[in-house]
Amino acid sequence: MTLRIWTAIMAASVVLPLSAAKATDLEVTHWWTSGGEAAAVAEFAKAFDATGNKWIDGAIAGSGGTARPIMVSRITGGDPMGATQFNHGRQAEELVQAGLMRDLTDVATKEKWKEIIRPATLLDGCTIDGKIYCAPVNIHSWQWLWLSNDAFKKAGVEAPKNWDEFVAAAPALEKAGIVPLAIGGQAWQASGLFDVLVISLGGKDFYEKVYSAKDADTINGPDMARIFKAADDARRMSKGTNVQDWNQATNMVITGKAGGQIMGDWAQGEFQLAGKKAGTDYACLPGLGVNEYITTGGDAFYFPLLKDEAKSQAQAVLASTLLNPKTQVAFNLKKGSLPVRGDVDLNAANDCMKKGLDILAKGNVLKSTDELLSADIQKQKEDLFAEFFSSSMSPQDAQKRFASIIASAD
Amino acid sequence: MTGQTIARRPNQLFRNLNAKIASIPMILTAVVIFLGGTLWTVVYSFTNSKLLPRLSFVGLDQYERLWAATRWTVSITNLAIYGVLTLIFSLVIGFLLAALMDQKIRFENTFRTIFLYPFALSFIVTGLVWQWILNPEFGIQSVVRALGWTSFTFDPLYNADIVIYGILIAGLWQGTGLVMCLMLAGLRGIDGEIWKAARVDGIPTWKTYLFIVIPMMRAVFVTTLVIIASGIVRVYDLVVAQTSGGPGIASEVPAKYVYDYMFQAQNLGQGFAASTMMLVTVAIIIVPWAYLEFGGKKRG
Repeated sequence: MTLRIWTAIMAASVVLPLSAAKATDLEVTHWWTSGGEAAAVAEFAKAFDATGNKWIDGAIAGSGGTARPIMVSRITGGDPMGATQFNHGRQAEELVQAGLMRDLTDVATKEKWKEIIRPATLLDGCTIDGKIYCAPVNIHSWQWLWLSNDAFKKAGVEAPKNWDEFVAAAPALEKAGIVPLAIGGQAWQASGLFDVLVISLGGKDFYEKVYSAKDADTINGPDMARIFKAADDARRMSKGTNVQDWNQATNMVITGKAGGQIMGDWAQGEFQLAGKKAGTDYACLPGLGVNEYITTGGDAFYFPLLKDEAKSQAQAVLASTLLNPKTQVAFNLKKGSLPVRGDVDLNAANDCMKKGLDILAKGNVLKSTDELLSADIQKQKEDLFAEFFSSSMSPQDAQKRFASIIASAD
Repeated sequence: MTGQTIARRPNQLFRNLNAKIASIPMILTAVVIFLGGTLWTVVYSFTNSKLLPRLSFVGLDQYERLWAATRWTVSITNLAIYGVLTLIFSLVIGFLLAALMDQKIRFENTFRTIFLYPFALSFIVTGLVWQWILNPEFGIQSVVRALGWTSFTFDPLYNADIVIYGILIAGLWQGTGLVMCLMLAGLRGIDGEIWKAARVDGIPTWKTYLFIVIPMMRAVFVTTLVIIASGIVRVYDLVVAQTSGGPGIASEVPAKYVYDYMFQAQNLGQGFAASTMMLVTVAIIIVPWAYLEFGGKKRG
């Protein structure tokens, strides 16, 4: 009897992997857990399931800061998932160098990623030593100023068209009991806002000198002092925000309690959820209405190196599914981000998204700080600006400390 | 003859063999995981390990950077304030509550349950509850303002100067119940005859507590102290839930620095250096005290 059972088990163990080769389960980890994000990622799951494989959703709640350590420890700890989200750039750099990630060059060559992915710099973020290690899925840009038309009407001033007008309108807003600029308490928000000031008020060359060339003269120079002066203005205008999360700050703009917020295009999802219309209820100023450049940060999927042959094949299928034109449109419309390929049709996009697409088409794109700086430097920068925005640190001191952080960058 | 001697005096190594074998797993755990892990951490704190540990030594660089970082100094200061005040307040409040509870009051069980109840909640829940209570828009401030005192301001979590006290309140609320219970157990352990004798001698109650009962409760105090102190050093989740270190970096604590730099900043070396400093701080306080308490000449 036992022998027969054993035979059955042995037989099953042989048969199972064969049948599994057709429908491979692939666990995909990501940190997209808010309403709009979950709806967007469901599009990926649907498309992947349609290929005959199965998407096992491994959503990790909390932001990237919470999720990334879990992902990294699973990969380094020998329990890799099928695929995982990272922001492309330097977050997964060491994992790739340690040989823990799968080389996607074969898929990329076959699917001609080099030709379809726009802007081309996006793929650079995935390329290490000439090999491609990740599949970019969307473009998120930080350089947006979201304005509440109601708030400005209530304060009796015209809605600003650029940063200087916004600063000038601040006293009127304050008089009407409105916080001019909402900034949530989380450190990354302050740090991101500062980068927006650098690129929007300083321009393309300046931004590249600071973060790419890390030129000490520029960083200590008068132009940088001007940026810190603007950060000082922003700090003054944000007094009384008293919220932590970015979407709570966005909510202040939606309800007219705050005049504006500098936040990435993901804030747009919140406006849409609240049923607000771009143009009438809220306005958006890419590049703060000064220099219309956007950085092409975003999300990408990385594929850990797996021993299982069937799973490796499924990884290749998933990589090409993510970049499929149909999936791209479905995903990005729900996510509020821009697709990574230029040959897809985005008629359903709203005014603000179209502005973004225009800038993209003009080629006014730059690498994001995620790509230019290591996680270590980013963290120190976050600490600095978290402190700056909540204390009375002088702009000069902040500039000095900023300079020393960038000087230590590797 | 010699054979008999050997049989009578067995090798020390094999005495209580069963007990020794049984404790091998724990000894291994202690040596390999605690001691080994600690040594490993200390060694790697002298390297420039980033996301993955690697042995390329950079001397004291990580420590120099650590002590130059404002965030670390803020963290240490916060821990010192939080630690000292938690120690004082939870011992004083805990003892007072226990002494009151010991007056043979009615519904003692009910009160005891109420006071101990917060301890059943995790720091995360405690932190969130107090985040709401101290939030100026929903909490105490808005309630008092709704009652008519419109200029009332109480927003410790949004004021960088006093934020650590907002965390302290939550910590005390959570932990004092346990201290009370330990103290109450200690008080119950005091022989009733001593109270009678003190009363016969006409010693006032407060003096009996202060000069007779408390010295007799030495062992309970030591236990409580260890429990409170270990809670202080690893305070992390309370801060994360309540303020996530904000506003700015005003309520950062060392444990959070370690976590953030090890995992978010992907700089293991810096995180290890910070955790080594935490270990050193604890050692500086614990070692002399433990030496006085347990070492030296044995007490009878």
